[in-house]
Amino acid sequence: MSKKDHASLADAFNKDEPRVDWHDKTLWFIREKRDRAAQKVPEWEWLRSTASAIKDNVLSNLSEYLTQFEAQAQRNGVVVHWAADAKEHNDIVYGLLKKHGVDRMVKSKSMLTEECHLNEFLSEQGIEVIDTDLGERVVQLAGEPPSHIVLPCIHKKKEEIGEIFHEHLGTPAGNADPQFLTHAARLHLREKFLTRRAALTGVNFAIAETGEFVVCTNEGNADMGAHLADIHIACMGIEKLIPLREHLGVFLRLLTRSATGQPVTTYSSHFRRPRPGQEMHVVLVDNGRSRHLGRKDFRNSLKCIRCAACFNTCPVYRRSGGHSYHTAVAGPIGSILSPNLDMKAYSDLPFASTLCGSCSNVCPVKIDIHEQLYRWRQVIVQEGHAPAAKKMAMRTMSWVLSNPSVYHTAGKAGRWFMLNAPFTVNNGLNPWWKGRDMPEAPKESFGQWYKKNRK
Amino acid sequence: MRVGLFIPCYVDQLYPQVGIATLHLLEKYGCEVEYPADQTCCGQPMANSGFEHLTQGCNDLFIQNFAAYDYIVCPSGSCTLHIKEHLHGSGAEGHGGPGTEKGGQLDTDEAAGVRKKIYELVEFLTDILKVENIEASFPHKVGLHQSCHGQRGLKLAQMTELVAAPFSKPEKLLKMVKGIELIDLSRKDECCGFGGTFCVAEEAVSVKMGKDRVADHLHHGAEYITGADMSCLMHMEGILRRQKSSVRVKHIAEILDSKG
Repeated sequence: MSKKDHASLADAFNKDEPRVDWHDKTLWFIREKRDRAAQKVPEWEWLRSTASAIKDNVLSNLSEYLTQFEAQAQRNGVVVHWAADAKEHNDIVYGLLKKHGVDRMVKSKSMLTEECHLNEFLSEQGIEVIDTDLGERVVQLAGEPPSHIVLPCIHKKKEEIGEIFHEHLGTPAGNADPQFLTHAARLHLREKFLTRRAALTGVNFAIAETGEFVVCTNEGNADMGAHLADIHIACMGIEKLIPLREHLGVFLRLLTRSATGQPVTTYSSHFRRPRPGQEMHVVLVDNGRSRHLGRKDFRNSLKCIRCAACFNTCPVYRRSGGHSYHTAVAGPIGSILSPNLDMKAYSDLPFASTLCGSCSNVCPVKIDIHEQLYRWRQVIVQEGHAPAAKKMAMRTMSWVLSNPSVYHTAGKAGRWFMLNAPFTVNNGLNPWWKGRDMPEAPKESFGQWYKKNRK
Repeated sequence: MRVGLFIPCYVDQLYPQVGIATLHLLEKYGCEVEYPADQTCCGQPMANSGFEHLTQGCNDLFIQNFAAYDYIVCPSGSCTLHIKEHLHGSGAEGHGGPGTEKGGQLDTDEAAGVRKKIYELVEFLTDILKVENIEASFPHKVGLHQSCHGQRGLKLAQMTELVAAPFSKPEKLLKMVKGIELIDLSRKDECCGFGGTFCVAEEAVSVKMGKDRVADHLHHGAEYITGADMSCLMHMEGILRRQKSSVRVKHIAEILDSKG
């Protein structure tokens, strides 16, 4: 396995233990806020089941809902584009900008464009993209990808943000006051909003019934961008559909309570038709989603509404940081979505979990995340992405454990285990021993005791 | 009732006292208990590593050892859950040899019976034997570690993520023990980071999770950490001993069988 795997990146992250503690506590605070928000809604579990059922229906009838959405959106005066993959998506966006002679664009949060690496692509074409979500702007200035899909710069301490702003926005050195820095960002972004003719937004929900789409932000940056621009381009994965407008009542109640513990996002903006003189485009992107839909064991991960509750609750994510997942969508959901995009490159991710199951419990659309992690492990091994040494060890282990006589003659109680069990395997660099003492081998095994005392 | 006692491989080899306490408890409540001598492992170490296709030997052996009993009882939530969710039969006489690779699609009625008849010790005591009174004494401050597979998999206790009425089968039993003082935790059901092969494959995160979990117990004054899964306790014991802590781990069976 290359060095770019979760375990080694997480190991590097853990070299600074106080920082791990800080990262863990910051995200646990959000998990607790989520718990309190959910507890205030007595019908919470009903909402989850309903949202899950609505999304199951969408996935089973996706092509019908997509064509319905397209027809309704076109009737509203929206131009609809279809992109089979990331390249087509990027080309469509670039084509629109080129047609209008635009070389600078504002963009609100869109994990899809991260997945498609749109910023890098446009920058190579000479187009400047300004991310207008505050957290995304921070990581963009820092030259890093987001580490979290809802809180892109959650891995940065305020002092570090102060330094980045000092370097790029000219704020005074050493000033890390959040209110001051936010004000500086606001002035910086205001100028961008006023001078950009094109705005790109993501889509949280697209409604097949009406052809409208809803964008949720806390900062109003999607609205600022879209309302001031001559061209509004909204990019969405094809799974973002919901059938009816009234279904929003279910999803909007779940989304932000799950994400940050707020009752609802500050702005849940509906875009239905372009204002006079404006162009509105929607780009429907597949990029592996149809293939994923065909994997029956994994398809329901396409129900995801990108709330990141699974990130915040994941004890592994909290202690390894988003960048250790080396993919656009990190965390437990990323670990079941990414292998579909590139199984070899992301073959480590389904193993970056203890299968504790907390992710599945917080998921507002009831994706069986930890069970899919288990199933991906099987697929990854079957497809030949397991290291040879591991294969050999597993075969030996399976053989011994399938043969009681071998198991029982392996020697003194505990000895075989100390030498062969995956958690105590003694290979000279015993990873168990690094941070833990070994169990003490007892005088006799339970089997030996039983023979003497009961039969 | 005839109970087949399933003692997971690592408990058999490293923690025989947990097997003994489990046997005592079952006998105390009138079960006719047998320990089939040819048992080894549920197969989970391979399956969780992505090698479920290598577990048919373990499956066949397990079915051969346990299919005849009224109930199968095991002092581990994780191993029990694995059998419940992943055991399947091949219909083979005997069992598989080295590297036998049979598909996971086969199944038999016997295997289905085993999946249904297996219980983790705590749930067997509360749900089948309906134990309302425990003659045990353990005058210590004890922290209860909710192992994930027992809790979220077998639903031994309510999960903090859900909006649902609280309950806890292990707590119910522990509260019957004389002199025990159960401490509160800041994070009631956070994973300890053992995770099977995860504990070595992701060594850094595993150890950090274990340290954090142990710290929560220590912060609240635990003298003992208990739970229904010895694997989590083994991991936390390794950390406690490395820290030269005087705090000990004890499987819940040992406390329920304790004379104080």
